[in-house]
Amino acid sequence: MAVDYGTLKKGGFMRQKQKNNFSLRLRVVGGNLSAVQLAKIAEVAEKFGDGHVHLTSRQSVEIPFIKLDDIDAVKAALAEGGVEPGVCGPRVRTVTACQGEAICPSGCIDTFALAKELDERYFARELPHKFKFGITGCQNNCLKAEENDLGIKGGIKVKWRESDCINCGVCEKACRSKAISIKDGVISVDEEKCNFCGRCVKACPTDAWDTVHGYIVSFGGLFGNSISKGEAIIPFIEDKEKLMKICDAAIEFFAENANPGERFKFTLDRVGREKFNEKILEVYNG
Amino acid sequence: MADFNIDDKVDITDVVCPTTFVKAKVALEELDDGQILAVRMNDGEPVQNVPRSIKEEGHQILKLIDNEDGTYTLIVKKVGD
Repeated sequence: MAVDYGTLKKGGFMRQKQKNNFSLRLRVVGGNLSAVQLAKIAEVAEKFGDGHVHLTSRQSVEIPFIKLDDIDAVKAALAEGGVEPGVCGPRVRTVTACQGEAICPSGCIDTFALAKELDERYFARELPHKFKFGITGCQNNCLKAEENDLGIKGGIKVKWRESDCINCGVCEKACRSKAISIKDGVISVDEEKCNFCGRCVKACPTDAWDTVHGYIVSFGGLFGNSISKGEAIIPFIEDKEKLMKICDAAIEFFAENANPGERFKFTLDRVGREKFNEKILEVYNG
Repeated sequence: MADFNIDDKVDITDVVCPTTFVKAKVALEELDDGQILAVRMNDGEPVQNVPRSIKEEGHQILKLIDNEDGTYTLIVKKVGD
């Protein structure tokens, strides 16, 4: 019987150079695995692989040297530890994320919660080509949002709250964009310069800021054979519901307009960015 | 600095990150709860980051004074022992 490599690839089994050996890609969300999952992965790598795993460039784990005949046994064993195969090919891939607000002092959004939500909503959805989501918690951009087809960056929109301010002057210096100025005890934020990094809030000794934690979204990034930075075409998004609608609209646009094997950036270039921008702005303003 | 009763001073302009914060932290450890420390630091990275680190340690920042010589003095009240 001929081996259906397409189906295997879809199920995360990547053909190796070595005949009848597969590197099994696992489903990882936001770069997090539990100790139980890790123990099971180790056990499977020992028993069915050659005793090592590979950490992929996008936060997944692959177990190489899985034999064709063992595929079902491997899947069953992994399931015992709550581990599922990942995907490859033309569909929504691993949703990557930094540690975010839950762990990192710099984080502005809960990246892992968002990664789980996006994973549940889109993971493995069939599309004309691969589609990558990446979520980074702040302007430090550890997760490199703009190299993804759809990148999300957390930010904090700030408004000075005079009643709690002691006029210490720390925020003006904490701001790296020089967006904050203080005159006669009055603090102003230049909205043109503010990049939503949240440093003023995090440095403020009295938390004298009203804040909205939200998202900066970029579209059409890629970092493979061609390299291109995703573009942010809409302003700061203040609520998650709107973010989800925008993600839906971007994916729909890609599904409807892309040629097979065409990455999002090239669809945007071919179809026209104005057309896409118009659609996304409509959702943003809706 | 006339508005504050400074109990101790530390100059961190002679060290770089992360020693800047460590030096300030060690100086704070020498103080009693409620005492006030003046920390002299350079413009740039120290003044961007050290106040936040001191806040995250739980101390109370009272004022950042521009010495107009490329350095700043941060007035901090120690909280806790």
